[in-house]
This record gives sequence, structure tokens and C-alpha cells, in this order.
Amino acid sequence: MTLGTIGADEKVVLWQYGEVAHDMISTKTLGFWLYMLSDALVFAGLFAAYGVLDHSMNAANGPTEAQIVHPIAAFWQTLAVLTSVFAYSVATVAVKHGYRQLVVLCVLAAILLGMVFLGLEFSDFADLYAHGATPQVSGFLSAYFILIATHGLHMAFGILWLLVMAIQVSRLGLTAPVVAQLLNLRLFWQFQAAIWVCVYVFVYLKGVI
Amino acid sequence: MFVHLQGPYSFLFGRLTLASIPYDNAIIQFAFGFAAIAAILVVAPVLYYRKIPYLFREWLTTVDHKKIGVMYIILGLVMMFRGFFDGLMIRTQQVMADGPHSAGHLEAAHGYLPPAHFDQIYSSHGTIMIIFAATPILTGLGNIIVPLQIGARDMAFPTLNAISLWLTTVGAALVMASLFIGDFSTAGWVGLIPLTELDFSPSSGVDYWMWAIQISSVGTTLNAINVIATIVAMRAPGMRWTRLPIFTWTTLSTSIIGLTAFPILGVALALLGADRYLGTHFYTAGLGGNLMLYTNLFWIWGHPEVYFLVLPAFGIISEVIPAFSEKPLFGYVTMVAATFAIAGISWVVWLHHFFTMGAGPLVNSFFSVATMVVGIPTGVKVFNWLFTLYRGRLTFATPMLWAVGALFLLLIGGLTGMMLAIPAVNYTVHNSVFVIAHFHCMVLLIVYAAFAAVSFWWPKVFGFKLDETTGKLFFWSFSIGTILLFTAMFGLGFMGETRRLDYLYNTQWFPALVIEEIGVGFYSLSVLIFFAMLFVSIRDRVKNAASADPWGTSRTLEWLTHSPVPFYNFAVTPHVNSRDELSWRYLNNLAATAPEHFEEIHMPNNTPVPLIIGALAFGFGFGLTWRIWWMTGFSLLGIIAVVIYRSFARDKGYHLSAEVMTQLEREPPLGVIAESQYLSKHPLTGAGAH
Repeated sequence: MTLGTIGADEKVVLWQYGEVAHDMISTKTLGFWLYMLSDALVFAGLFAAYGVLDHSMNAANGPTEAQIVHPIAAFWQTLAVLTSVFAYSVATVAVKHGYRQLVVLCVLAAILLGMVFLGLEFSDFADLYAHGATPQVSGFLSAYFILIATHGLHMAFGILWLLVMAIQVSRLGLTAPVVAQLLNLRLFWQFQAAIWVCVYVFVYLKGVI
Repeated sequence: MFVHLQGPYSFLFGRLTLASIPYDNAIIQFAFGFAAIAAILVVAPVLYYRKIPYLFREWLTTVDHKKIGVMYIILGLVMMFRGFFDGLMIRTQQVMADGPHSAGHLEAAHGYLPPAHFDQIYSSHGTIMIIFAATPILTGLGNIIVPLQIGARDMAFPTLNAISLWLTTVGAALVMASLFIGDFSTAGWVGLIPLTELDFSPSSGVDYWMWAIQISSVGTTLNAINVIATIVAMRAPGMRWTRLPIFTWTTLSTSIIGLTAFPILGVALALLGADRYLGTHFYTAGLGGNLMLYTNLFWIWGHPEVYFLVLPAFGIISEVIPAFSEKPLFGYVTMVAATFAIAGISWVVWLHHFFTMGAGPLVNSFFSVATMVVGIPTGVKVFNWLFTLYRGRLTFATPMLWAVGALFLLLIGGLTGMMLAIPAVNYTVHNSVFVIAHFHCMVLLIVYAAFAAVSFWWPKVFGFKLDETTGKLFFWSFSIGTILLFTAMFGLGFMGETRRLDYLYNTQWFPALVIEEIGVGFYSLSVLIFFAMLFVSIRDRVKNAASADPWGTSRTLEWLTHSPVPFYNFAVTPHVNSRDELSWRYLNNLAATAPEHFEEIHMPNNTPVPLIIGALAFGFGFGLTWRIWWMTGFSLLGIIAVVIYRSFARDKGYHLSAEVMTQLEREPPLGVIAESQYLSKHPLTGAGAH
């Protein structure tokens, strides 16, 4: 194991000839999982901040959690983001079978549903602003808006990425780098849905019970 | 949507006006003159020898992990020099401003620095030393050494590696810009809350501090991803986990810490940014803000960050001591276990930075015990090093001196840390300079290990050894400075001196302050010796030319290839047979066995993309600092556009044929390190070409 002399008839290999195979897709996937870990930590920090500031004291005489969350309305957002993920999952199945047109179609569907999600979120924010519940009112509202808006920014970034991938698939085809990107995007998109489920549970559902 | 700010504002320049430039301040004039002379000394030869195309082609656009590592270390050393100057100014102010009868010079009532200026200096000293000196030097070392130690041709993501470098550089550049344009934060390197809020720090100083750290920490996070992926996926055949060199293990553990800790810092600062730019109330003193939320989030990153720095330092010591004891490292498995134990515990000790918050006995007890638990794996490490030294054939070359010196500092810093881990003691000495002396012992341990690493691996990277005489002189001068300065500081802590004082009210502290000043004088001397060492070493580089293993007793894979390392690292990937591969080959008389033949290899092309992203990131940070929204928006869109462009235009790299490889390996490889891109454009063909 450690230092040792070689036996008389032992054969040793000192050099590895031929290209040493490093699977680039799996290396990139590993790298992207690691990135997702750092993103998860970002949300962990934001949820922790929300947990600390979700207190009547931090509402500073402004609206409290129960007064601003609407779980039923947010349920439509949940549906939108989950069906968007489903559409993207169909796209990955299509990648497996090499159906290029179907991949593009499903990615476009995922974009559309993602935009529905963002639109619902925007109208929710606009409603709160109309009632004077802005992030500047209290520590609680700051945490509420920044947590949800950070997730929303991730969604917007994901939509941009989906758009780029739709173009790449239709222009470059399902080449190895494109497929590697599609697999990473799948991870990113599903992760955002998972975060939304956490938001839904810890902000919207918890807010009314 | 954005907070309305008092004062002049223009669309083109944001908050930036001519009055923001402190051209009438004598100290800033001196600093500017100094920086200008240094810049001329660097730029003039480059212009004179017409080296700009070379610099651009071979360095600024490089994706070679060794050159990126070298640039990281140069950045770290330059910033360490700046941080040293800050330290020198702090010490000089304190020795000059002791007692009501101390004289005042320039604009100061006592000493020579008015309070607001002094506050900027200790803030930048801390920020620079932790984030822009220690972090880049250790990241750079990991960049250079880890792929070599595991027998890889480059990092897993070479372009991302360059992006990390330039983002870190942008952070450092923002800190440097704050010296001449506007001001720097006065709220300490930790960002004392609510002092960093807009109400109390309305100038651009906190913004500089915030965005410099934020941008560079994105770079550090990306680098951590890269290092983990490299170690997991790019190891040479036979390099099993049980054979991984300790420095690689510690770099892996430190990258895991970096990957998980830096996002929390990002959140802490982003929420502060929301307070300062959008008017939210995360950390404000009223309207439902929570001050301790910031402090907790900051130290949830801050403590792991300390171990992020110290673990690679432990790794360096673990490489240097066996090489100069001519023995394998004692207790390899326990060393790895101790490394990961320290990394794990680093997550549950953050609250010991503010026991005085008053969280109650249960919470304080938990964090007190957790902090003391760190002593166990650290003790394991110390004993492993001692048993490695025990009955070894010791050679006290410069790297060994630094490594052994680091052990002494670890002992002092560690034991005072154990004292501080006791909340009852901590309440007494909290915010005193006793704490400062403690953590300076710890970070100086890191600096000692970094200098050990620089002198140890220098011949591997540049092909010649550093001068031993001046190197040892540098060590002793630096060490005398350390002992004088921090022994006196421990004493001052017990005498009740609190930290960050621009004026000292107790004249009885004066003798100790003078000893501190003498210590910092030795530091200044060692800076001069350092430059002398570089000069002498470069002058005598032919005489001190290094073989593949210049120390003759090295143990790991990186010493198997040429010195300096050719840009392709290993012409043929080595097959690893043992934990200490080179020692194993020595033992079996195989060290001189070269590959029988060479084969075609594949290399990535250089690219200007990381440099462009870096330039845009600077625009982003500078624009945000001065609220020049068009610059911020343009830079952000620019970065997104460049990334999208890059995802379409994929780099296919280039190949070096078997003949070229044969020829390269036959030629002495000196100089080859610097000319990789030239070679890719004009590959050697035929026998006569060179």
C-alpha cells in the first residue's frame, strides 16, 4: 500500500499510454451538481433570514404573514411550475430517443408555463404594492419579498437558459455539449420547482395555519 | 424603487463627483505616488521590450492552471504588500497617539491619522489580508499543485478557472480603486451592523467593501466547484483515494468548505445591499430589522472561512515536513480524518465570535464545547507532524524553517483559542487586542505555510531554486517581527487595550506599543529582504537551475515531471503505484525511467472570454458602488451575452502530435512553459524547426 519494493517477477505499469478517458458529460454534471449545492445554500440562508424575520415583532405594525399570503392563489403558481418541470421532463425523454423537434416543442412549453408562473407572481406583487405592502414597510415584508423575488429571478434566468437551449437544439442538434447543457438545465429547472415547494410550504401554507 | 440619496447625482457619473477624489489628502497623495511609481516600474519594461502581445497571449488569456495559479499568487502577494502597509500605518498611529499629550500631525488631533481615515485603514487591512491576500495565495497554490499531484493535464473546467481568477482580481481592483476614488468602509472587515447601514455610512465606502467581497466570493465559489470536480474526476490511473497526497486532500476539504460557506456570505451581503439600495429593513435598527441576523449570517461564513484558509496550510506543512525529514508522513489516515473532522466542526462554531451577544448559557455552552472539540483533530495533526519529525533525517532548508515556525504559531494561537473558547474568559477579553493577537497567530501560521509553499514549489514552477541565504534571512527577520509584535499585543490585551483604537488613553501601554512598533520595523525589513531574495534568485537562476526533484527527497507525483513544468504537465500520464509515488520509484530505481514513446495529446485553447467577463464585472461593481445605473446594466447584460456567445462557440482545443511531443521532451523544457499558445499556432514540424 505505502512504500514497498517490487518483487522479482512483479510487473509494474509506470505510464498510462493512450488517451486517459475523462467522461466530459459526467464531469460537467458533477460540476453542476456542486453549483446547485451552492445555490441551495443561498436559499438556505434566505429561508433562515425569513425564519428569523417572520415574527410579529418584525412586522413593525405593518401587515403580518397571515394578512398577505393567499395559498389558493399561489397554488396556481405551484401548478404552473410543476407542469413546466413535467414538460421539460418529456423533453429529456425526447432527447433520449433523439426526437429533436419534440425536444424544442417541450422546451417551448416549459418556457410558456414558466412565464405563466412569473406572471402570476408579478400580479401577486402588484396587488401587495397596491395595498401599500412594500418591502420597505418592515423587516418581515423585506424577507418575504426578497425570498420570493430571488426565486423569481432564478426562474427568469432559467427561462432565458431554456430559450438559449431551444435555439441550440434546433441549430446545433443534439450534440454532446448540447445534451450536457440540457441535463444540467434539467437539474436547475427541477431544483427551482423544489425550492418553490419549500416556499409554498414555509411561506404560504405556514402563513395561514 | 431605489433609495433616494442626498447629494449630487448625475446620470452619467452617478454619485461620482470631482469632490469624491481625495486629491488634497497628503497621505493619499503619497499612496498615489507610490502606486504610480510601482505601476511605472512594472509597465515600463513591458512596453520597452514590447511584451504586451506576449502578456496578452500567454498570460491574460491563458487557461493553463499553473499560470492562473501564478497570477493568483502574484495578486495575493501584491495585496499582502498593501495590507502590510495598512498594518504599518495602524501600528504607527497607535504608538504616536498614546496619551493626552501625544502630538498631532497633519489633520489629526493625535498621531497623524484622523479617526475616519484610521477606521478605513483597519477595515481595509482586514478585508485585504483575509480575502485578497491569504485566499488568492492559497487558491493559487491549489491551482498549481493539485492537478500536478493527481497527474491531471489541467483542471476539470479550464475556462471557468480563468473566470474565477479574474473575478477575484476585480474584487481586489475595487478595493484599490477605493483608495483613490471615494473612500473605503469604516465599519471593520466584518461590517459592523448597523454601522454599515445607509443612515450611518452614506458614502460609497461600504459599497466598495460589499461589492469587492461579493464579486470575489463568486470567483472563490466557482474555483471550489472546479477543484472538487478536478480531484473527483481527473485523477491519473492508480491514484486511488487512499493514495491522494495530503495537500490534495486538504484542498478538497477546503473547497467543500468554500462551496458551502461563500453562498451564505453572498446572502448576508446581498441583504445588506437590499437595505442600502432598495430601502428594506433586514438589519436596520428599527422597523423590524434584526442586527444579529447579519452577525450570525456573516460568521456562519466567517468561521468556515478561517478553516478554509488554515486547512491548505496544514496540507502544505504535511508535504514539507516529510520531504525534509526523509520519512513518509506519520498517520496518513488519521491526518485525512482529522482534516475532515475540522472541516465538519467548522460549521458549528460560528457563535464563538460573539458569545457576548447574550444568547443564554445553553447556546453559549454548545458553541464553547464545539469550539474546544476542534482542538482534538488539530492535536492529532500536530502529533502526526511531530512523529514524522521524530528520528527523521532533518534538513532545515527554507521551506522547513517556515513549516516548523508555523507549528509554533499553531501552538500559541491554538492554546489562546482554547482560552477564548471559554465564554467566561471570552466575556473578559472580548474585543480586546488579546483576541487580535490570537487570530494573528493563526493567520500568520497560514502566511508561514504559504511562504513554505512558495519556497518549496518555486523550483517546480520556475525551474530554479530561491536563494537560500536571503530566504533564511527573510524567515528570521519575519519571525523576530512576529514574536516582538504579538507577544506585546497579548500583554496589551490583558492590560485592557480594546481593538480598533485610533487614540489610546493609557500612557502605561506605551512601552508595549514601542515593542510592537519595533516588531513592525522587523516586518518592514523582511519585506525589503523578500525583494532582495527575488532579485538574487532571479539573477542566479542559471546557477540555481532545478532538476525534476530539486530537493532530492520529495515524495509526490508533481516532482516526477520537468522543472519548470511544461504546459502539458506530463507528456504521458503517469500510472500511480504508491501513496508516495516518487519515493516509491526512487526505492525501486525507477525514478529516472522515462516513457518509451510519446503520443498525441489534446490541449484547450486560450480564450479572452474570462478577461472580458472580468472587465465587465469591474464595470458592474464600480457602477453599483457609485450608482451609475447605465454602467451596471450594460455590464450585466454584457456578461450574460458573452456567456451565451461562449455556449454557442465551443472551444475544440488543439492537438500536439506524437512527433511534436517527442521533440518537446527531447529539448530541455526551459521556456516551454511560457510559450504554449505560440506552439499551438506554429506547431514544431520536422527535425530542424525550433
